[in-house]
Amino acid sequence: MRLARAARRKGPGVSEESAPRAGGEVAVAEAPAEDERRPVLKRKDNRAWWLVLPVVVSVAFTAVIPLMTVVNFSVQDVFGPNDRVFVGLEWFRSVARDPEVRAALVRTLLFSAQVLLLEIPLGVALAVCMPRRGVQVSVALVLVALPLLIPWNVVGTIWQIFARGDIGLGGWTINNVLGVNFNYTLDSTDAWITVLVMDVWHWTPLVALLAYAGLRSIPEPYFQAAQIDGASAWSTFRHIQLPRLRGVLTIAILLRFMDSFMIYTEPFVVTGGGPGNATSFLSILLSKIAVGQFDLGPAGAFSLLYFLIVQILCYVFFTVLTRSGR
Amino acid sequence: MTVILDGISVRQRGETWLDDINLELPDGMTTVLGPMTAGKTTLMRVVGGLLTPGAGRVLVNGKDVTRISVRKRSVAFVYQQFINYPSLTVYENIASPLRLDPRHRRDGVDRRVREVAELMGLTGLLGRRPAELSGGQQQRTAIARALARPVDVLLLDEPLANLDFKLREQLRADLKSMFADSSGVVLYSTADPNEALTFAAPTVVLGEGRVRHVGDVAAMYDHPPTLAVAATLSDPPLNLLPGVVQDGRIEVLGASFPAPRAHASGRTVLLGVRPHQVTIAGGGPGALELPAEIRLAEVTGSATFLHLLLQGGRHLVAQLAGTRQFTPGERTVAYVDPAHVFVFDEDGGRLLATSAAEVDLHG
Repeated sequence: MRLARAARRKGPGVSEESAPRAGGEVAVAEAPAEDERRPVLKRKDNRAWWLVLPVVVSVAFTAVIPLMTVVNFSVQDVFGPNDRVFVGLEWFRSVARDPEVRAALVRTLLFSAQVLLLEIPLGVALAVCMPRRGVQVSVALVLVALPLLIPWNVVGTIWQIFARGDIGLGGWTINNVLGVNFNYTLDSTDAWITVLVMDVWHWTPLVALLAYAGLRSIPEPYFQAAQIDGASAWSTFRHIQLPRLRGVLTIAILLRFMDSFMIYTEPFVVTGGGPGNATSFLSILLSKIAVGQFDLGPAGAFSLLYFLIVQILCYVFFTVLTRSGR
Repeated sequence: MTVILDGISVRQRGETWLDDINLELPDGMTTVLGPMTAGKTTLMRVVGGLLTPGAGRVLVNGKDVTRISVRKRSVAFVYQQFINYPSLTVYENIASPLRLDPRHRRDGVDRRVREVAELMGLTGLLGRRPAELSGGQQQRTAIARALARPVDVLLLDEPLANLDFKLREQLRADLKSMFADSSGVVLYSTADPNEALTFAAPTVVLGEGRVRHVGDVAAMYDHPPTLAVAATLSDPPLNLLPGVVQDGRIEVLGASFPAPRAHASGRTVLLGVRPHQVTIAGGGPGALELPAEIRLAEVTGSATFLHLLLQGGRHLVAQLAGTRQFTPGERTVAYVDPAHVFVFDEDGGRLLATSAAEVDLHG
């Protein structure tokens, strides 16, 4: 769902770019006919525009108009349905200066960084350990993919119960078997760890599946050649498997960054952003302002800034990852 | 240095990939020739230790190495695909087998890498990564990697098959001179008979997982002991015609020629004719005359392949020099000099005679 939303947001840019090109191509195709001086063919044909119309309409309805509504709110102070004042960039300034928003941004960035640092190596390690042939392949694939099939709020509920000290298997074990005092509803570190471990459990399989697909595409002779040279398992990984995983890892990093940076459902279900503000990520704070307090102006400005940060960071990631390959 | 294969059999998923292979590979180069799925790659992998055979032994210098892991053996392998470490430079790629070999002295690595690079014409490319090289250069790097470390057994599995025509010719010539003075057993597999003939090394002809014949490749070309060997060694493919022995002559599609050896009348035989031995310009005295209809002319530049339909629906391909124009549907006559006809027994199992020399290899 979140991904689909992100893709749709990119929609308008894509359609605006492709529309004139489609019209232009028709004109170019007719150019050679000019020599023959046939008046019928000289007329410029713009019928191709009709072909892009469905895309323009659907993108406008699902992405452009809602986004513009948000832009509209972000520059106004709304007192009532017919009582609003234009305030310019005032909301943007106040949101950018808000210490609560800044703290949530730092928290979210830290969370995303930890998610990437844990899930990417773990996912690759898992993929390397998965069997390469036989019936075990299907078994391993199903087992690994299982967490991906569970809806987000169910994952949240599972972990909310699992991590509880009194009735949850995980929380009880930590408290009573390991003898560590663990309570995610009171201790902010425990809450953070719970949300982080939950995300790792939920999404490492995605990285593992992508990496596994990448590993499977490496021809067998590469491994034989390494064997003949007497290369160790580590150098086989370092010099054969890792270089050939670059493409899928770029995608995995982008997907996991975007998703973890926009995480909402699971912490909302497990901790509700607490205790205190410990797990109050940008999305949770945003929904509190927009839905809880119904401050449409600040919420609109917040949304646009949030959107912008995601776009910029994705661009930076993509550029860095694709450049370093050369 | 010798490698002996003693009764090697490999079965995988109910299929026989190699069937009772017995070979003695001497020092120097040996060519393994066979069509696709003949078992060439499987044989290479068994000799290299990448595959443990279901039955049989591999002896290197008299020592049984069948169950010894490839890591502990002294082998090098060049694949049909260009296999190099993608993240390492050409220099590092060539150096890696040397660095990983505990027997090799550390201080000699640089000198050896430059020596091999020089030999393979890679000196100017040492700093590049494999992705920045052409296919020919990538394969040169892979061959250099294999040559860098002195090994008991060097295996090359169709190394030139994925290269384009010109590079193949050039690299083939380079390899021939390179293996002339290499120590150790070099096993070179190919599906291209011209390649095997160029190397002029002792040749093993494989087919359907069995050894068809072992011997000097040129002698095999002139006197193929069986139809399978003749077919493997013929590129373009051998033409086959049915014949019947009749009163000391062999009759074929209305024409006849004197039987090279005495055979009982009424015996049916198979006649093999290489396409370049067929002409349409008129044969000498005694040439077989076969009326034909032109079906198709394929022009390759240096040769024109003329596809002919003979009486009884038999097909015959003639390889004619140069570019020639023909009209499909026209009638012509194909001439074959009986001196260049291989006479096989009916099931193709064995050569009864080449008309020219009248040898009967199987006595």
